[in-house]
Amino acid sequence: MSKKTEVIINVALIGALFLVLFLLEQNLPSTHMLFTVLKKGAIYALVAVSMNLLNGFTGLFSLGQAGFMLVGAYTYGVLTIPVADRANVYMYFDGGLIQFALHPIIAIILAGALAALFAYLIGLPVLRLKSDYLAIATLGFAEIIRAIFQWDQLGPITNGSNLLRNYPSYKSVLFYFAASGVCIALIVMLINSTYGRAFKAIRDDEVAAEAMGINLAHHKRIAFVVSSFFAGVSGALLAMYQTSVQAAMFKSAMTYEILLIVVIGGIGSVTGSCISSFLFIILSEWLLRFLDTETYIGDFHVPLLRSGFRKVVFAVIIMIIVLFFRQGIMGTREFSVRSIYNKITGKSRKKEEGGAAS
Amino acid sequence: MNNLLEIRDLNVAYGGIQAVRGISFDVAEGEVVTLIGANGAGKSSTLRSIVGLVKSAGGNIMFDRKELRGLSTENIVRQGITLVPEGRRVFVNLTVYENLKMGAYMRKDRLDEDLDWVYDLFPRLKERSWQSAGTLSGGEQQMLAIGRALMSRPKLIMMDEPSLGLAPIVVQGVFDIIREINRQGVTILLVEQNANMALKAADHAYVMETGRITMSGTGAELAENEEIRAAYLGKAKKS
Repeated sequence: MSKKTEVIINVALIGALFLVLFLLEQNLPSTHMLFTVLKKGAIYALVAVSMNLLNGFTGLFSLGQAGFMLVGAYTYGVLTIPVADRANVYMYFDGGLIQFALHPIIAIILAGALAALFAYLIGLPVLRLKSDYLAIATLGFAEIIRAIFQWDQLGPITNGSNLLRNYPSYKSVLFYFAASGVCIALIVMLINSTYGRAFKAIRDDEVAAEAMGINLAHHKRIAFVVSSFFAGVSGALLAMYQTSVQAAMFKSAMTYEILLIVVIGGIGSVTGSCISSFLFIILSEWLLRFLDTETYIGDFHVPLLRSGFRKVVFAVIIMIIVLFFRQGIMGTREFSVRSIYNKITGKSRKKEEGGAAS
Repeated sequence: MNNLLEIRDLNVAYGGIQAVRGISFDVAEGEVVTLIGANGAGKSSTLRSIVGLVKSAGGNIMFDRKELRGLSTENIVRQGITLVPEGRRVFVNLTVYENLKMGAYMRKDRLDEDLDWVYDLFPRLKERSWQSAGTLSGGEQQMLAIGRALMSRPKLIMMDEPSLGLAPIVVQGVFDIIREINRQGVTILLVEQNANMALKAADHAYVMETGRITMSGTGAELAENEEIRAAYLGKAKKS
């Protein structure tokens, strides 16, 4: 299969996906559960891929994702609430300090940029740490960010611990897929670049990577900042999807959810993260909802089913995955048209690419 | 002949423990120079401080008449020094080809010629270029580590125990390659515990003991030396 046909097939598939989404939107009521799941799935796919860039491709075990999403979500909310609504939203803070509103797209980019700036500053001390220590430090900083955004003194900007709402948001599921898709494509391009190869080298062996002349601090910082940029963007998208935002929702539990997605999908696989993100959201938001509701079959009260039981089931699932399926769905492999084609025709990857190289 | 590398009074310490205590030696252009010695003699520390992976506590490291001490590893590699680290340390999840490209990370020019050169030296690597490095055997990984280092087109290549953990026949192959690379004009600084092989290959040799250089000479001289024979070559003194 030539490169050209592969590109054509990929473009056709993406086109078909958007067409299907468009048709679904035309024909199903907009409140249908399917759209909720697809939107949230797309957002989580982006944040999972951004986390995978750090944990899977650069080998930095960071747990700060929720914090950076919070920065993004707040940046978006604060900058886009229409001026007319500010008095109402910031009712405890005399309408707040900021008296302008930006276009949503600009606000989304700024959301990423501010998250990246936070990441740069936090990264200066934190990236000197390794493995578990890095995880603890990033987790701590994420909680600190949350506390600061809830701080009353910052109320004129962040509205303290009150809701941000009334900001504009795109309703169409197409927007979420497009935004998330573009961002994931950018991350994939980074991973496949020389920088990406250096990230993987650092993951595999820091000492050898350094001996090759790779500046460890510089490359780790880039991975951290880029990952946080996209976490910030996904935070903005999440704010948009939820139509109101509050710091309290960005707890470490959220980071763990994303980590769960990354692990299920396969640490070091972009497509794995995407697949498992949709899988996770569909299960947790839709198909496994029944676990949380008390159920009677006839007179029989089904045991165990009550609020919170869903989490127990997820805990069991992650234990099973960690014990028996450490590779996740995809391992470090990627799902692509080419890999399916090769599987069907029985051609090995080695032969084809080796032939192309020589 | 010019001295490519001149070490003067080099000291390396890890948190109060002195690993290298004021050693001085030269590596002339085009030679194979070896540092031999027992575990913990400070051989690896010497190499690691030359390439900037550990900070040296004092002394001078002159390469091509430029002081290297205080430069970052990145800049030192750019000057034309490369290290084949102990224990091979290939990037196991990258393919052989990607590993080789990583070796040339500091270079921005075209690599085709050097890739061909490395593939010529190691035909086995060419066969396996799309395999991930973790699937290679120990000997092949050592070849890859050397090939990867060559990709930076170094003036000086430093090898830390290239024979470690390899079968004797494979060790022979590694030393054949070392001679071949040297014949093609690359200067080599070799750290070895396999003194027998190292002395045979070396133009000059230095013996390190507990952080000091205790003996030096040509490879052949040291191989004949009674004390060396007893201590490192496992051959009894002729009485």
